[in-house]
Amino acid sequence: MKFSGFKVVKEALTGHRGWGPLWRDPEPQAAYDIIVVGGGGHGLATAFYLAKEFGQARVAVLEKGWLGSGNIGRNTTIIRSNYLLPGNEPFYEFSMKLWENLEQETNFNSMVSQRGIINLIHTDAQRDAYRRRGNAMRLAGADAELLDREGVRARLPYLNFDNARFPIKGGLMQARAGTARHDGVAWGYARGADQRGVDLIQNCEVTGLRIENGAVQGVETTRGFIGAKKVGVAVAGSSSRVMSMAGMRLPIESHVLQAFVSEGLKPLIDTVITFGAGHFYISQSDKGGLVFGGDIDGYNSYAQRGNLPVIEDVAEGGMALMPMIGRARLLRAWGGVMDMSMDGSPIIDRTPVEGLYLNAGWCYGGFKATPASGYAFAHLLATDRPHETAAAYRLDRFARGHLIDEKGAGAQPNLH
Amino acid sequence: MLIPHPLLGLRDAQEFTYLGDAALIGRPAPEAGEAAFCDYVFLRDNPAGIHRELWFHEQGDRSWLVVTRNTLTHEILGAELATDVARRSA
Repeated sequence: MKFSGFKVVKEALTGHRGWGPLWRDPEPQAAYDIIVVGGGGHGLATAFYLAKEFGQARVAVLEKGWLGSGNIGRNTTIIRSNYLLPGNEPFYEFSMKLWENLEQETNFNSMVSQRGIINLIHTDAQRDAYRRRGNAMRLAGADAELLDREGVRARLPYLNFDNARFPIKGGLMQARAGTARHDGVAWGYARGADQRGVDLIQNCEVTGLRIENGAVQGVETTRGFIGAKKVGVAVAGSSSRVMSMAGMRLPIESHVLQAFVSEGLKPLIDTVITFGAGHFYISQSDKGGLVFGGDIDGYNSYAQRGNLPVIEDVAEGGMALMPMIGRARLLRAWGGVMDMSMDGSPIIDRTPVEGLYLNAGWCYGGFKATPASGYAFAHLLATDRPHETAAAYRLDRFARGHLIDEKGAGAQPNLH
Repeated sequence: MLIPHPLLGLRDAQEFTYLGDAALIGRPAPEAGEAAFCDYVFLRDNPAGIHRELWFHEQGDRSWLVVTRNTLTHEILGAELATDVARRSA
């Protein structure tokens, strides 16, 4: 089944009887060439690019729940490539370019909307830092524009420009950034992978990794043993749990990050606004809900829910930035479990176990990275060489001292 | 979350700042070598379930506590002074 305008009209006229399931529900085979553990955004993207770009057909994705049941369904849908460091920015810009062509590639409406992002500036020092970041972005082929106070006011007249603590002095804008329909991203990749022969196996939890003579043989699951030449683990949030089955300790702590959506309102915010100084960022969904969030709760958690003090902190940030939202009612709050790595950057690498590969440590930034993460992990799984934009995401960079520390804050698992 | 401070009773977790795994009390000896320090600085057990962790009572009596907490439910199972824990393991 191919989605098209013609198909929509035809189904509308014939009672919508021709829409089939988007993917099969296959029984696991005895063995595969490559098993991807984790049927979230990154795992499904990995399987999609393995099949599409690297000609791998004997691939399975194992998911303990249902497809897209983790952080791909729990984020705030922002896509952007506004990083600073050379190890990061080319990767995220590669991701941005994949986002721009995602719907054509997957033939699925993922509602990619390049509505832009504005990072607010409050001090001269912050303007210098953002000017440097914008230049780094442009050097990597991304777009960036420094706005002065009036430039921000022309676009976002409803912000409080004269907050006593954080008056708005300008902003760094990336016009190509925006949002995407998060579940639609997972579904598009799942359908595309399934169409290319990948087995998507749900309700199949990996309970052990079978390793003999230092090489992976396959995985033990709740649906029996499944053999594999290569196993790629893409289970951010639970990376430490899964990799402990291989006896590994990771430079990662799991933390809970909360997000919020208000009741549906009329069109108000036509971009993404980040107020870093106030630990607050916001956008508006196509349905009208204000989607916003702030910082992690700050303690180890696998609970997928947070506590009230952070909700209060985020609400205070929102009120400081745009007092007009004070009367909007909060519709939902939820939490997701983040792989907080020790330098704030991800890991896409081989492991000391032959045939076992790791994709982890995405901190808060996993959603925007979904396409490039999948592409780079597929590249690594298929060719045993890192993708050129992901070559810095090594597992041993901590021991070698080659951290990718955007914030310059040293070893701590609560960066970004 | 309410933390049962051994001296002050139940205190709001907001009064505390969080450091992480209580194993950080056991800093390697200065001559332990680079690999030991790398493990100490960067690697974590990160368990799902019972976790012993360091909380600092910053807006209180400024004591360090070792809090035992379930990371799956946020249930707090106990707290003791980190100095007591450190002396026991010394």
